Amino acid sequence: MSDWIDIAPLESIPQRGARVVKTAVGCVAIFRTADDKVFAIDDTCPHKKGPLSEGIVHGTSVTCPLHNWVISLETGMAQGADEGAVNTYEIRVENGRILLDGARLGAQTAA
Amino acid sequence: MAQKLVIIGAGMASGKLLETLLDSHADAYDITLIGAEPRGNYNRIMLSPVLAGETDYQDIITHDTAWYKAHGITTRFGESVVKIDRKAKHIISANGATAYDKLVIATGSASFFIPVIGNDLPGVVGFRDLDDVEAMLAAAHTGGRAVVIGGGLLGLEAAAALHKQGMQVTVVHLMGHLMERQLDAAAGYLLQKELEARGIKVICKAQTNGIVGNGKVEAVLLEGDITLPAELVVMAAGIRPETRLATESGLHTERGIVVDDAMCTSDASIYALGECVEHDSVVYGLVAPLFDMAKVLAKTLLAEHAAFQAPMVSTKLKVTGVDLFSVGDFGEGDGREEIVFRDPGRGIYKRLILRDNRIVGIVMYGDTLDSGWFFDKLKSGEDISDTRETLIFGPAYQGGEAQDPLAVVAAMPMSAEICGCNGVCKGTIVEAIQAGATSLGAVKATTKASASCGSCAGLVEQVLAATLGDSFEMPVAAGICGCTDHSHEDIRRVIKSRALKTIPAVMQEMGWKTSCGCHICRPALNYYLICEYPLDYADDAQSRFVNERNHANIQKDGTYSVVPRMWGGMTTPAELRAIADAAEKYNVPTIHVTGGQRIDLLGVQRADLPEMWADLNAAGLVSGHAYSKGLRTVKTCVGTDHCRFGTQDSTGLGIKLEKMLWGSWTPHKVKLAVSGCPRNCAEATCKDLGVICVDSGYMVSVAGAAGMELKQTEALATVATEAEVMDLAVAFIQLYRESAAYLDRPYKWVAKVGLGWVIEQVVDDLENRAALKARFELSQSVYRKDPWAEQAKPEYQPRKWAALADLTLEAAE
Repeated sequence: MSDWIDIAPLESIPQRGARVVKTAVGCVAIFRTADDKVFAIDDTCPHKKGPLSEGIVHGTSVTCPLHNWVISLETGMAQGADEGAVNTYEIRVENGRILLDGARLGAQTAA
Repeated sequence: MAQKLVIIGAGMASGKLLETLLDSHADAYDITLIGAEPRGNYNRIMLSPVLAGETDYQDIITHDTAWYKAHGITTRFGESVVKIDRKAKHIISANGATAYDKLVIATGSASFFIPVIGNDLPGVVGFRDLDDVEAMLAAAHTGGRAVVIGGGLLGLEAAAALHKQGMQVTVVHLMGHLMERQLDAAAGYLLQKELEARGIKVICKAQTNGIVGNGKVEAVLLEGDITLPAELVVMAAGIRPETRLATESGLHTERGIVVDDAMCTSDASIYALGECVEHDSVVYGLVAPLFDMAKVLAKTLLAEHAAFQAPMVSTKLKVTGVDLFSVGDFGEGDGREEIVFRDPGRGIYKRLILRDNRIVGIVMYGDTLDSGWFFDKLKSGEDISDTRETLIFGPAYQGGEAQDPLAVVAAMPMSAEICGCNGVCKGTIVEAIQAGATSLGAVKATTKASASCGSCAGLVEQVLAATLGDSFEMPVAAGICGCTDHSHEDIRRVIKSRALKTIPAVMQEMGWKTSCGCHICRPALNYYLICEYPLDYADDAQSRFVNERNHANIQKDGTYSVVPRMWGGMTTPAELRAIADAAEKYNVPTIHVTGGQRIDLLGVQRADLPEMWADLNAAGLVSGHAYSKGLRTVKTCVGTDHCRFGTQDSTGLGIKLEKMLWGSWTPHKVKLAVSGCPRNCAEATCKDLGVICVDSGYMVSVAGAAGMELKQTEALATVATEAEVMDLAVAFIQLYRESAAYLDRPYKWVAKVGLGWVIEQVVDDLENRAALKARFELSQSVYRKDPWAEQAKPEYQPRKWAALADLTLEAAE
């Protein structure tokens, strides 16, 4: 079951950028692409745990700042010759607000 | 007796509903149409041409009084409905109660007035109805200045029309490019260029802070202390579904009035359609889906089954002379591929987005002739793998079977234009090839084809291949990354020669193959633009590597290292105390002395950076730029101050050089050193620029390396004064900034261009030396500042350094 948590306005993340949400399961990176799509994935590169939220965002991919692994924001899979994946989380934008599905994050909204 | 049908709202959706309903079954209902506007139904889409003076109101009326009369519809225009009494099944207006059996709400939408101070001043208008248009025309009549807030479809149509009416128009748009909901950045750029060429000013990424005026509008204030004087302000930042009546009567509303597939609201006797409704979480603002709703609702009212389906909505901008088209999903993504066609010379951009060999999105600018053909393929979901190679060229090039691109080129008529920049057609190129120009370079030299923007180079090569057959060998592309076939040198040349001032502009004009580049090309483009246009170009933080975005060096565990600047390697007890205090306060686990005579504080948490910088700033310490492609350090020995061998004030000169050069961005990092005597304690002869002091003056040498490669510097010049050293150093760095490829250290660059050329430019040609210095100073007027002080400002805390949200706290509560 989904448990949508209102995180922040879309504008609080720069286009082609990311911000971090702290959760019980670790940091989740929230990305906003050039065309205002949003994605949520673990903020930890499958290679050497680099903070993906600090990478350069291009198309729907991010390049890890540590060793240039390219991770798909849509699937969480490493691209090209690299192998590995991070968790992805359900996320959407409604009325300009970013909503994150808390169901897998160990968080509960105020009942 | 016929049932009573009451319709609230006489807009386009209800007009279409009436037509459809009466066509099928003229006597089904006794109809009353109530509208708040004091007039009947007109074609609202055509308000832009009315505003532009290209047509007038009479021509856009869709249903006049006679039509309503002929169809037996009771009309009550200029009357506002104030309440719906669902229990009694009647509505209340100034004329009292009107009973209904079935009620249709078609109240449309209102302009969204952005919530800033002054948004209610006289002279601030929306752009929804004829009253708005008349208000705008009245303002335009006296000329003057207009500011349009919102660079979407409506805003741009208003801007173009007001400009045509003789006003000076500025469009301010919150997002990074115009019409971002319909266009990608490249097409948005072309559109902006076109509007600017017409004299309409466009400001993107513009946050409106307020509207001011005494009794009427006088100016719009933007973030960044920008004031735009204006007599007219048009609010075109969006629309808001008009749901008040529905909400107050207890109907289910979200953003719009919620309807099911049959257009029925939460009350079985009440229906809604048009811009005021929300179907399946979507609110519609374009006319095609509204007409679909009207057809569905007509059937529903006649008790026939029909279901509204979310349609594919395409967009065209009604600005005379601007051709653009967009439809579908034009974002990038996994499993999505794109075919991009760009003809910079003619300002054409076409992009097809494919998934599983089917078109899912289309963006076209400049030439939209084939949009219908592509749109058909999108709607039908046709598998295009067989025609993929030539698909982008449109139906004219589609034979019965798949053709290879070479065949397409071979099939082009001799009069087909290959190079749009220089107007070179295929015939001219073929003649040149037959006359002996058998390489791209030779064709370029003899015909000028591909000599300007270079984006047709591939086409020229295909003409070569088609003409010469097997004797022509296709050269391998040497692009800077997978996004382009152009070299660093070509990119820099074109940025300069064509005055390209944004990343999307470069990508468009040079035919980028991706829509927003990658981690290799974007930082390079960002640097080239900073270097070429220090005053005009705004640094794009999102195109920077993490270290330059966060002004600290990321470490393998995600922590950062912080290195304060120590001018010329000099420090004081107070600075050391401040560094020690910061190290303790922020639990710095490791303190290291660098090879460049600085102190490195390693293991700092990201969240602590701004506070730590503020503490260091307070002690007079600034960023050491130990993370940048820019000036890192000027290493010195103590020279004549203390050393018994010193010949000159090497520390003093080092400090002067560092104060001159710090903050500048360069293609790669730059390190200097000044040694006070030939014993060379500062190791100046393996730096990018080194100075060795001697009794008679200063020996300046350049292009050393002590990294992956080891190389001694080479002599640039020997001069007598510190001032000359400074001039040479600045000129050398500026020449490097202007002509090196991104990520080439100076020694690599000098190896490419030749030391002789560098000496000519900075040593021999004094005029050029002065010009280089002047350009460097111009750039430094912007960049010679401490980024830490900027980044430590309180406003950066919530928007950059803090976490977006902390859900661990919520969970604990």
